[in-house]
Amino acid sequence: MTDLLYSEEEEALRAAVRDLLTDHCAAAGVVARAESAAPHDLGLWKSLAQSMGLAGLLIPETLGGQGATHREAAVVLEELGRAVAPVPYLTSAVVATEALLDCGDEELLEKLATGRTIGVLAVGLHLGPGAAVPVVRLEDGTLHGELTGVADAAAADVLLVPADDGGLYAVAADAVTRTPRISLDLTRPLATVTLDGAPGRRLGEFGPAVRRALRAAAGLLASEQLGLADWSLTETVRYLKERKQFNRPVGGFQALKHRLAQLWLEVVNLRAAARAAADALATGEDTDITVAVAQAYAAPVAVRAAEEALQLHGGIGMTWEHPVHLYLKRAKAGSLAYGTAGAHREALAELVDLRAP
Amino acid sequence: MSDAGELRDRTREFLAANPPGRTERLDFLRARFDAGLAWVHYPEGLGGLGAPRSLQAVVDAELEAAGAPDNDPRRIGIGLGMAAPTILQYGTEEQRRRLLRPLWTGEEVWCQLFSEPGAGSDLAALGTRAVREGDDWVVDGQKVWTSSAHLARWAILIARTDPGVPKHQGITYFVCDMTDPGVEVRPLRQITGEAEFNEVFLTGVRIPDSRRLGAVGEGWRVAQTTLNNERVAIGGMRLPREGGMIGPVASTWRERPELRTHDLHQRLLKLWVEAEVARFTGERLRQQLAAGQPGPEGAGMKLSFARLNQEISGLEVELRGEEGLLYDEWTMRRPELVDFTGRDAGYRYLRAKGNSIEGGTSEVLLNIVAERVLGLPAEPRTDKDVAWKDLAR
Repeated sequence: MTDLLYSEEEEALRAAVRDLLTDHCAAAGVVARAESAAPHDLGLWKSLAQSMGLAGLLIPETLGGQGATHREAAVVLEELGRAVAPVPYLTSAVVATEALLDCGDEELLEKLATGRTIGVLAVGLHLGPGAAVPVVRLEDGTLHGELTGVADAAAADVLLVPADDGGLYAVAADAVTRTPRISLDLTRPLATVTLDGAPGRRLGEFGPAVRRALRAAAGLLASEQLGLADWSLTETVRYLKERKQFNRPVGGFQALKHRLAQLWLEVVNLRAAARAAADALATGEDTDITVAVAQAYAAPVAVRAAEEALQLHGGIGMTWEHPVHLYLKRAKAGSLAYGTAGAHREALAELVDLRAP
Repeated sequence: MSDAGELRDRTREFLAANPPGRTERLDFLRARFDAGLAWVHYPEGLGGLGAPRSLQAVVDAELEAAGAPDNDPRRIGIGLGMAAPTILQYGTEEQRRRLLRPLWTGEEVWCQLFSEPGAGSDLAALGTRAVREGDDWVVDGQKVWTSSAHLARWAILIARTDPGVPKHQGITYFVCDMTDPGVEVRPLRQITGEAEFNEVFLTGVRIPDSRRLGAVGEGWRVAQTTLNNERVAIGGMRLPREGGMIGPVASTWRERPELRTHDLHQRLLKLWVEAEVARFTGERLRQQLAAGQPGPEGAGMKLSFARLNQEISGLEVELRGEEGLLYDEWTMRRPELVDFTGRDAGYRYLRAKGNSIEGGTSEVLLNIVAERVLGLPAEPRTDKDVAWKDLAR
């Protein structure tokens, strides 16, 4: 069966990413950046993507990538989730990369592998693997139309745009208008992308490329959600050992101990589900079911973990200054990203033959 | 003996000398024990070869391929899973030699005399008394929730030998002969209608001191070995997809489209996902153990297993509609085996209620996770430094 553990190499990768994030992605900085004109931390992205070479994990070595698998990308995402890092890793190094791998577009894959080019699939963040995808019009060889809800579009150098001829087009970001939207998740902001006669290069058919990209996204988002939930639990446990009321540590009250133990149990389960999804994406075995199971389970656990963290922190958890709100916003937005838990359960009804009445 | 190839050869030689088709079941099992192939991680002479535990799978695969009889481990689970490791760790050489072979072959069934009406979650408060008289201990008290007591030859027993010291210090661990006079076993009927468990009344039972396991007053520490092994046994099985309680309800859903409703569909899918995730968690735990990295995750498996069994079996009763109002059989009987997923939906629903009580209640397990895994402060204790006889009861 599936290998659900972390290899020594994966643990080494985790340690390296965590070191970088500890030094360069402190919570206070993420809170301050959230409202600035540059919500993405491109300095951090440069370290991750270029210096550490992590943008190319899923790209073959012949194209300048690392030739690694979803298992390693999942470990990176766990750490990014733990730090609510505002970098376009999931959108560029996973989603856009998977679409390009499906199209076999070596030119762009080589660019994305270096980390110097950020790619974004111009599909609404809320859409899951089976959803109908909005398209733009192809008229006289140029692209026209508006695409909403595109995550990390502001950071993109190139957008991958589905068009009404069934094609997926590479469009330079400076050839379109990107209008930032005020987003619930400050660390993964959305934008509306407007194309008014933008030139594009046809990469292939968008149908299979988008499906593959969104399936990988749903599966690996579970690892990001695991990191987020794990931070929420660990930080809350740490705080409740320290915080005293009624002349004793708040973490000694049984009502709270049981809530935290219950959350721990869910995080343990989420780790197994997220590892199973990453492994299934890497091996191609039983992938549709395992990804749907992981995403149907992961999002509600991440949301609950962040909500519990806020409640158990009491008043301080309600402040802008404390980072727990960034985790709550990422978790809640994440529960809509790449298909809701309900959408993944609906997919399972077909996949495992438990059909609706 | 730490090499899989060597062990495989040895198993094949054994099978050649004791062909399963032409050997009586009991003779085969005794010979297997004597050949050290019963539990290879046990010492030589006690059914093992002092080999790594993981190599047992090599032996089992060869025996299974040859169609060899097994020792019916479900029937003798308490002996194999709880009594044996305790006897191995704390027993004298004489006790190990006398007790382990018939335990493993199933010739002698074991039961556990731990819980009492007044000592459930707080097991260390137990009040069954053992008083020294010459070379014997005279035992008086009442035990409860004893499965297999009516079939058992032996029991592992903990009793209070010193009421004047704090409760954890005054307990001693014994092996009790269930055929001795003064041992009375009464079936304890459960909400399912059957009596899977018993009450055991001990009245002036004389246990020779030679059947004590561990030192006088050390019984609580000895019992930890037993209880830790119990929790390893629970939730340790490898299951295929839909292998647990979710299996029957998924089959019913597929076979009986007329029973489906939208509300049940949503709940079924949610539970199906949770059951599948729990299966991954169990598998991950086994992989950690096999890789020599045991984690604290095991403490959570029983919690998940109890809640899921209860919710899934509850859903199944509802799914069955009019049939959910019926029950297969209330007649009092004493089953030899416990089967959580057996019989009908109503039975499964009722039996699953015990899953969050037996082997440690879910509430106590949550405390254990909070304190031992998360390191949160322990519950305030008012009983630690008080002599047992002075405790509130």
